[in-house]
Amino acid sequence: MKEVAVIGAGMTLFRRHLKETGKELSFLATKMAMEDAGIQKDDIDMVVMGSAPDAFDGIHMKGENLLDGAAATNKPYVRVFNGGGTGVFAPIAGWWHVASGVADVCLVVCEEKMGNCYPHPQTAFRHIWDPILDRPLNPNLVWLFAMEMNRYMTVHNIKKEDIALVSVKNKRNAVGHPSAQLADPNITVEDVLNSEVMAWPVQRLDISPPSDGAAALIFCNKDVVHKFTDDPIYVAGTGWSIDSTMWTNRDLYFPRYVAQAAKMAYKKAGILNPPKDIDFAEPYDPFDYKELHHMEGLLLCKKGEAPILTREGVTQRDGDLPICPSGGLLGVGNPIAATMGQKVCELYWQLAGKAGKRQIPGDPRVGVGQAWGDIMQMATVMVLRRG
Amino acid sequence: MEEKKKDWPPYAPGTHLRESDIRDKKITYTWWEPEVQYAWSLGPAMSKFLKGLKEGKIYGIHCKRCKRIITPPRMFCEYCYGPTEEWVDLPDTGIIETFSISYLDPDARRIEDPILVGVVDLDGTPPHHGFMHYFGEMTKDEIKIGMKVKAVWKPENEREGSITDIKYFKPYKGGGD
Amino acid sequence: MSRKVCVIGIGHTDFNSITPGMEWKEIMYEACQKAYVDAGVNPRKDIGSFITCAEDYWEGFSIFDEFVPDQVGALLRPCCTVCGDGLYGLGNAYMQIMTGYFDMVAVEAHSKISDLLTYGDIMLHAFDPRFERPVSGPVERPKYGGSPEYPSESPKPLVGRSSEKERVHPYFLAGLEMQHYLKTTANTEEQCAKVVVKNKKNAFFNPYADYELNVSIDDVMMSEYLFKPMKKLDISPNVDGAVCFVLADDKTAKSLGIEPIYLSGFGWSSETPWISTRGMDALYAKNAAKMAYKMANIKEPKREIDVLEVDDRFSFKELQHIEALGFARPGEAGKLVDEGVLEIGGSLPTNTSGGSLGVGNCIEATGMQKALEIITQLRGHAAKRQVKDAETGLAQSWRGIPSGSGAVAIFKRG
Repeated sequence: MKEVAVIGAGMTLFRRHLKETGKELSFLATKMAMEDAGIQKDDIDMVVMGSAPDAFDGIHMKGENLLDGAAATNKPYVRVFNGGGTGVFAPIAGWWHVASGVADVCLVVCEEKMGNCYPHPQTAFRHIWDPILDRPLNPNLVWLFAMEMNRYMTVHNIKKEDIALVSVKNKRNAVGHPSAQLADPNITVEDVLNSEVMAWPVQRLDISPPSDGAAALIFCNKDVVHKFTDDPIYVAGTGWSIDSTMWTNRDLYFPRYVAQAAKMAYKKAGILNPPKDIDFAEPYDPFDYKELHHMEGLLLCKKGEAPILTREGVTQRDGDLPICPSGGLLGVGNPIAATMGQKVCELYWQLAGKAGKRQIPGDPRVGVGQAWGDIMQMATVMVLRRG
Repeated sequence: MEEKKKDWPPYAPGTHLRESDIRDKKITYTWWEPEVQYAWSLGPAMSKFLKGLKEGKIYGIHCKRCKRIITPPRMFCEYCYGPTEEWVDLPDTGIIETFSISYLDPDARRIEDPILVGVVDLDGTPPHHGFMHYFGEMTKDEIKIGMKVKAVWKPENEREGSITDIKYFKPYKGGGD
Repeated sequence: MSRKVCVIGIGHTDFNSITPGMEWKEIMYEACQKAYVDAGVNPRKDIGSFITCAEDYWEGFSIFDEFVPDQVGALLRPCCTVCGDGLYGLGNAYMQIMTGYFDMVAVEAHSKISDLLTYGDIMLHAFDPRFERPVSGPVERPKYGGSPEYPSESPKPLVGRSSEKERVHPYFLAGLEMQHYLKTTANTEEQCAKVVVKNKKNAFFNPYADYELNVSIDDVMMSEYLFKPMKKLDISPNVDGAVCFVLADDKTAKSLGIEPIYLSGFGWSSETPWISTRGMDALYAKNAAKMAYKMANIKEPKREIDVLEVDDRFSFKELQHIEALGFARPGEAGKLVDEGVLEIGGSLPTNTSGGSLGVGNCIEATGMQKALEIITQLRGHAAKRQVKDAETGLAQSWRGIPSGSGAVAIFKRG
């Protein structure tokens, strides 16, 4: 197995509607990443695209449509897709392109144009449900999260106030992120608790917005990394796991698939004691309670302990275990696959000291990013390490 | 090697558009409605399950290796990867595994009267085995995880062989009702 | 690094134009079960990772990846979806094994296209919405129901609302390409017809093929022009089916006592997605083959490849791909057909399974069906259609209209 390093990253603006087409967003993100790495198109051996439901862009086989923006013309190009997990899964696919020795330099692009779906991307979400058991009941996606949140809150006896703290933390963290869609330096717990109830217990400010956006990442083989940088950031471990389609046949209070994926990644990275060995984490936070849910899944704390750590300020940027220093999906935006920008690209920027106003103090050396997808099923985890 | 930029990304390219720009036709766009129609074959497991619903029954299927009765039924068990056997008639009662009180309709439009929806953990199956359905004859203040519920069926002549042949699950005290 | 990847198990369902008795989950389960039994492995214990090849719109779900794990045995295991043809899945499985993370990976691809009622319209949905879709002309609307309703507050579109116009079946693009191909090469419509005759006849020897037919060249030439010069019999009809492969590294294969068939090389490539600036000589196949030949260390494909399965969902495509893969000079593939070189007993047996013309167009499972045939040939299990002493085989696929992407996989007997 070859060791793989990240040498460049790029990310576009995230907004509910962007003027650029999917191709153009891919191009902008790719260009930024290539400039960051100091490479040209011909240096790239293979390209991986990550993009979530075709229904958003309104283009079947949309991987084919986006490939020119992703610098993949006349190159080996493949699209991978794991629902929401794509944000960390596309980098994992990019990683195995290089780790297997098949490519020396691999570009990973993630793009999403949720705004194309009219009247609201929610309509595309109607089709994630089982057509026989669930769709006839006309469900709304928020119901699913509300049910999981309720289960999590009930089993651990967690108060809404503690969960709202996550939304406040992330939206404040996002201030200073150039791409951020919903950064808010003044948001408070009261704002979250007073926001409109969508599907109890989920309220409007608990949810991350649909967005348009793109992100790009460049991996290269350790043997050639010296051409690009003196301080490489390595992929220390990757893991992914999927649970059963039948989400009504599982207890949703604990994401066991996240724990599985995390164990796989930590084993490869040589991480024996996650809360001690990991300096910061970017778990997937499409809803505020999900950050807590995933912190526990990532074995960063005991089950039910995540809200306590949040309340005590441990997960703030200057705390002992910063969580979502980028501002996460709640602060920056949720263009499903392009959340790679907040998850893996952010790990890279933090470890390389390029995170600007969001930089974590101290000397972070190990970070873990996680994405979650499908119907409460998929977990993808990546650990990056400096040096 | 060229000087690497600090404070990266210093910019994030992209042009922000507002909903009103689209509505007021300030930008050029194109519009397409695809014809998307599917008719999924149900296969033996789902066919029998839906037929059972039409008859007012809830079927489960037994995986002998894992010693569990599964519903919604399927021809193979995902844990041991072996075929399932023996159809089982399950009672139409259970407990609320989890629920939500929704003020949104399926198209994300606001509604006044909330919908009560959740997962029913059916009696006769291992814990946390059931399916999603509506809850009725209870208020949003009464609904609780762990509450005992029973199915309310549509009249026989209105049932079609669909999950909606059950109208909703109502609170149930147990024994005669 | 001397680690090699080989195929240790294959499984497939029968290929049928419709499969009303089974759900998509059940055909996947059938193919996977058969592959696991063939390899003698327990997916819950032995297989490290699972890959499925699928596109949402073919299946009818917004995130098809959700509906995969249970039936392939991937519950609480690494599992993912590659949006591509089956050969892309095989290539990714190869890479996963070469990282050393996994010793055994399962790849599954299937077609349940009979569940999709509006095939043409969904294929049209893959065209670029800004420049290519609006000019797609008229088509017969399926009579299954009206257009979805849109709320009254939706903006009035600037471009003519497409539901007021009729649309053309996207296969017109293949007709266009065939026209160009025949004009710029010395190949003829009759030679394309010979490909149809050959493949549909080969399908008689293939127990799972669905479209075997005893036709003559005249029958093909007289069949109705649908997208001139493409005739009805030049087009592969759609079919349902599932294929599963189990790949492992060579050490694991030896420890299981399995005679390895190596995946010695693979490649894929994508041309520009813009139809108007794309060439019509299957450059994707050329580039994919280049990558695969390099990996498999093949210097003279004509001499070193014993059996070939190329994408023939439209008859002219077989000739075009044979040229692109380097088995004939540009414009001369027709000669190979005339001389019987591509027959089962010829020096370059091509599409011995019947190809897509004989088996049916299996959408994203096409590449896997072709790989299935190659493995069957290399194992010596092809019975009446067996190519003698087949040692190295090549499977090639194309992702179909309107893409310019394709993959190649080369298999070699150990």
